[in-house]
This record gives sequence, structure tokens and C-alpha cells, in this order.
Amino acid sequence: MDDCLAKKMEITVSEAEKRTGRNAMNMQETYTAYLIETRAVEAQSEGQCAPVDSLWRRYSEFELLRNYLSVTYPHIVVPPLPEKRADFVWHKLSADNMDPDFVERRRIGLENFLLRVASHPVLCQDKIFYSFLTQEGGWKEMVNETGFQLKADSRLKALNATFRVKNPDKRFTELKHYSDELQSVISHLLRVRARVADRLYGVYKVHGNYGRVFSEWSAIEKEMGDGLQSAGHHMDVYAASIDDILEEEEHYADQLKEYLFYAEALRAVCRKHELMQYDLEMAAQDLTSKKQQCEELATGTVRTFSLKGMTSKLFGQETPEQREAKIKILEEQIQEGEEQLKTKNLEGRDFVKSAWADIERFKEQKNHDLKEALISYAVMQISMCKKGIQVWTNAKECFSKM
Amino acid sequence: QDLSLPNGTPVDTSSPASSSSLLNRLQLDDDLDGETRDLFVTVDDPKKHVCTMETYITYRVTTKTTRAEFDLPEYSVRRRYQDFDWLRNKLEESQPTHLIPPLPEKFVVKGVVDRFSEEFVETRRKALDKFLKRITDHPVLSFNEHFSVFLTAKDLNAYKKQGMALLSKMGESVKYVTGGYKLRSRPLEFAAIGEYLDTFSLKLGTIDRIAQRIIKEQLEYLVELREYGPVYSTWGGLEVELSEPLEGVSACVGNCCTALEELSEDMTEDFLPVLREYILYSESMKNVLKKRDQVQAEYEAKLEAVALKKEDRPKVPTDIEKCQDRVECFNADLKADMERWQNNKRQDFRQLLMGMADKNIQYYEKCLTAWESIIPLLQDKPETK
Repeated sequence: MDDCLAKKMEITVSEAEKRTGRNAMNMQETYTAYLIETRAVEAQSEGQCAPVDSLWRRYSEFELLRNYLSVTYPHIVVPPLPEKRADFVWHKLSADNMDPDFVERRRIGLENFLLRVASHPVLCQDKIFYSFLTQEGGWKEMVNETGFQLKADSRLKALNATFRVKNPDKRFTELKHYSDELQSVISHLLRVRARVADRLYGVYKVHGNYGRVFSEWSAIEKEMGDGLQSAGHHMDVYAASIDDILEEEEHYADQLKEYLFYAEALRAVCRKHELMQYDLEMAAQDLTSKKQQCEELATGTVRTFSLKGMTSKLFGQETPEQREAKIKILEEQIQEGEEQLKTKNLEGRDFVKSAWADIERFKEQKNHDLKEALISYAVMQISMCKKGIQVWTNAKECFSKM
Repeated sequence: QDLSLPNGTPVDTSSPASSSSLLNRLQLDDDLDGETRDLFVTVDDPKKHVCTMETYITYRVTTKTTRAEFDLPEYSVRRRYQDFDWLRNKLEESQPTHLIPPLPEKFVVKGVVDRFSEEFVETRRKALDKFLKRITDHPVLSFNEHFSVFLTAKDLNAYKKQGMALLSKMGESVKYVTGGYKLRSRPLEFAAIGEYLDTFSLKLGTIDRIAQRIIKEQLEYLVELREYGPVYSTWGGLEVELSEPLEGVSACVGNCCTALEELSEDMTEDFLPVLREYILYSESMKNVLKKRDQVQAEYEAKLEAVALKKEDRPKVPTDIEKCQDRVECFNADLKADMERWQNNKRQDFRQLLMGMADKNIQYYEKCLTAWESIIPLLQDKPETK
């Protein structure tokens, strides 16, 4: 961890800018570009600061980077990107991608993504990642040249397809189940939280009406007037306070969202194991059947039913030369198959080992981060309660002077 | 000590109650500007009565007094809403120049509100208690014969049937039967009162609607919170290290739900009914103002009639004098009552609004305690195995 990039380099996504350009179909489009700034963290002597490098990237480039990382390091729980479209919004929040609040939260999310990658012991060493941060031109071409798209297992995308795996590592099966449940529960939590925010907003805002009516009432009163008027002002303050409170809560929601998306990354690793195991089992099965075929041809006994066997019975046996040729091919294939199986086995075991190491790392990170998130949420609630007590105490004092 | 009514009539205080026992019962009250209290009335102990024809609630009305008009120093009777309603009508009839306090609403929409629920009965009890206390505090109304009977009679129904046959010691007020006289213009000070009451009841109506809206929004917020808390618990079930913190958050949200429920209940039971009472109060006061107008109109009409007839001065009929008296009496009583009312209103609203602020403070304090208490739980380091 001491070698990770995050320690050597300061990375920020400092600005966001609206741009217009032409897309692949030569149609005009509006998009947001983000400024990535990097600075080497050297032992700074006499307050000297290293120069800042910067370049602009748009969301789609971040997506390309992440896809590349996911394919290249399938055993790693790759940090997720902030959401593509605003989801789990409550009524006051905009679902518009161009909305400045959304853009701002996305900027923070993108910075967080880069920092996560930069502090990962394996991912931070990747050259494509480094170039993403430092090389403005030609980066896309560089990524495509790696040919990572060819390595991509399309089956990973088919989330619902089931593969009958006979001997998966039980830990991965359990973990996949966990990641599904986690996704489900966090989604539910985010949905309800949005509704809670909506309702709370309503409660606070209606209190603003007291401000106006107290003011009107105070106009016809003599002794009570001042008290009512000033209390009304506090009601206005109360009503206005909810905006900041809920804006802060969005950061908590974003922290939860990160782990909602992390659950997907976790699932992908488990899925990859499943697929590797499936391929392994298929290869082993194929090898076994080839060996059997070989044996049958060699000994002349037919133990298993095969169409070839039937047809040769019906239409006559092959010549011994034909049979020899077949056996030779099969033997070659068997040898190849055994090599491949050995390799697959090794790969499978390596995968399990390194994936599980990263999963353990991830678990610790998750427990730490979510605890921090819950603490900050509790702190927000405490702050909200204290503000409420303050406002109502002030109002009470005004009423007491009536 | 000579106690006397604002209009000068002396009150007989040579009662068996000694001054020492009177002192024992003294409850100094700022409301009365140093006057000593000699009459205390309380409404409590609601009980349900199930009869063949109907089911109803009675309340215990307890009186403690040193006044001469009462034979005993203490009374305890049971009364139902009908009886209070009867009392109010009698007071309106017999003291038309005074402002009679309002009763809580008579009719309740069946099916919407449970007339026998604890909350409803308690809210009503408080309102009835307030009603009697307001009468008790009134220097004229508290000496009304019907009021005394209400407080003391074992069989109120028998008295009710006797009708208006009783003569009161104070001298019964003249029944103000005025017919169809139209007042040209209300004197400025009463016009001002009328305008004030119009705006006042309008603003109270607005506040009532706002308060109701807030309660509605709070209840909708509560519905969502009730779903929110348990999700943390479900999540906790999935986790190992995070299990306790998540459970803690779930419990916390649950505590906030309870606190919010209590706040909404308090507002419904304590805040709204008092607002509505004052709206009813304003309405009945406006009616008294109208009656006053009637009395003045009658007087002015009769004056005009005499002026037109051009009769000799010595033959000015006492009828007009009586009218003039009535007008002056009415105006004096009404002015005094208005001042008293304004003062009480200020204190009532001060208390009501401070109460509302208090309830909100308590709600936030409960939530604060809940959240503060889980911080150490959240920060807890897991035991190294």
C-alpha cells in the first residue's frame, strides 16, 4: 500500500464545464467535461510545490477506463463509477444530468473513483490508468490497442443466465448471494430515504406559513404584536433550514450508492469464478469423453451410444487406416486438452487465491467506510435536532414576551 | 373586607366560613390583580354510562367555596355535556350584556371521531373545565343563580323543568327583547372591536388550517419513517461487523417515530381544540355586539319618535330613560368584559404558543438523545479475535 499511486500523487477532479461538440453521428451534443489535476507529492523542500498537470475528460472516458480495468483485472473488485443518470431522486432534486447540483455531486464521485483506483495496490500500477491521468491526447486509441474488448467475457453481462456448475468454491457462491441481497437492501433503503426526505421537506416548509400569518395577526394586536412578529421570523428560519439539511444528506445517499454499485462489482468477481469453474468443468468433461472415444476406437468396444457408432454398425465398419487416423487425432486432442486443463486448473486456483485476497481487502474497506457513513449520518441528525431545538427555543422566548 | 361587584352591589360575606379557613384556601392568582379567590371549580373523572336508550359520558364537577351564597363549603356533582350546554344557554339569556365563554363543539361527526375514545373525552374534559373556570373568574357571571344551581343541585333536571320561575338575589337582568331596530352607525370603539374580532377569527382560522396541514405532513413523514427504520435492521441481518451499528440505527429511527407520534398527538389534542374554542368565542362575541347595536338602535328610535311628536319635556316617559340605562349598562359591561377578555386571551395564547414550542423542543430533544446515544455504538472497534 505504501507503493500505491495515491501516496505519490495528488489527484483531484477540480472543475466541471459544459461543452458542446459533435458526436459519432455528427450530431450536435452537449456534455460535461471534468478537469483532472495531478501533482507529484515529493518531499517538498522549503515550501516548494510541484507543478500541477491537468487535462479534461468526459464521463464516457471514465466508463472506458473502468471497462478496461474490469476486463483486465477480473479478480479485483473494481471501484464503481458514480451513477450515469440521477436515480433515487426526491421531488425537489432534479433528474436532469445537466443540473448543476447533479454535476457537482458527480464531480465528487469521479474524484472519489480515481482516488479509490489510485490507492488500490494492484490497480494503481496500471499504465493505462496512469496515462488516463496524465496523457490527454491519444489515450482512447491506446486503450483500444490493448485489445481488451476481445478478452471481455460477454457472458459476464448476461446476469441472469445460469450455468450449471458442479463444484464452485462455496465461499464465492455465498458471496454472490450476499452481493445480491446487499444490492436489494441498499436499493430499498435509498428509495425509502428519498421518500422520507420528500416528506420532511413538506413538514418544514409548511411552517413557513406561520411566519406570514403571525405577521398579519401582530398588526391588530397591541401587547402581543412584537412577540408574534418575532416568533414568525423564527418560523421562517425554521422552514428555510431544511434545504441545507437535505443537501448534506445527499452526500450520505451518495456514500450508500457507491456501495450499491460496489455490490455489482463484487458480484462480477463471483460470476467470473463461476464461469471459470464452468469452463474448467466443461473442459474436463470434454477431455473425459474424448478419452472414452479413443479407448472405444482402440479396443473396438462400444460402451457408449454414439451416432457414429450406430451408423458404422448400419453402414459398415471403417477401415483400420481410417480408425488409426482418428485415434491419432484424438490422442493429439487429448494431449492438448490435458495441457489446457492443467492451465485452466492453475488459472482457476490463482484466480480464487488472488480474488479472495482482494475480497478480504474489500470487506475491510466496506466495513470501515460504511461505519464512517453511519457515523456521519448520525452526526447530521444530531445537528438537525440541535437546530430544531434552537429555533423553537427562540420562538418560545418570543411567545413568552407576548 | 368588603367585596363588591364592579357595578357597586355589595356582596354579603358574613358566612360561617371563618377568615382563617378562607386564608387556607387562598390561591393567589395574577389574573385577578390581587383579588382573593373564594370559588374553585374543577371538572374531572369522566365516566361512561350505558343505558337502554343511550350511552353518554358524565364528568365530576367539584366546587370549593367560602361564598355566602353557598350553603356548604364543598360540592361534588356529576354533569353531562347537555347540562353544560343548558348552563351556557341560561347564561346567555340571563346575562346578555356579558361575554359568555364558549363550549367545545356539540356535534361530532360519527364515524370520523370516536366519541368515547380516551383522547376525545380528555380533550372535551379540559375544554369543559376551562369553560367553568372562565365563568368562575368572571365577577358577574360567577354569581349567577343558574351557575350556582349547576354546581350544587343533586337533581339538575328537576331545576331545569322549573324554567325561569326563580328570582335571583342579585336582581334578574331585564330580558332584552328587541325587535327589528336598525342601528345607523356603530360607535367607533365598538366598531373597532367588531373589526378586530373579524380579523382575529380570520387569522385563527388560518392558523388552524396550517396546524392541521403540519399534522398531516408529519403523519405522512411518520409513515415513511416506519418503513425506513426496519430496512437498516434487514441490512444488519446480512452483515457481521456492521450488524450492531445497523441495528442501532434502526432502533434510533424507531425512537424518533415514537417521539413524532407523541408530538402529533399533543398538537391534535391540546393545540387545535383551544384554537377552535377561540374562534367560537369570537363568533359569540360578535353576536353580543349585534345585540348591543339592537339596544342602542331601540333607544335612538324612541328618542327620534319623541322628538317628532314634540311632546313637552316633563312628559319624557321613563321608557326612554330605561332604554338609555340599558344602553349605558350594556356598553359598560361589554367594555369591561372586552378588557378582561383581551387580557385572558393574551395569557391563553401565550400559554398555548409556548406549549406548542415546548412540545416541539421535547420532540427534538428525544430524537437528539436517541442519536447521541448510538454514536459510541457506531464508533466501537470490533474485538480482535
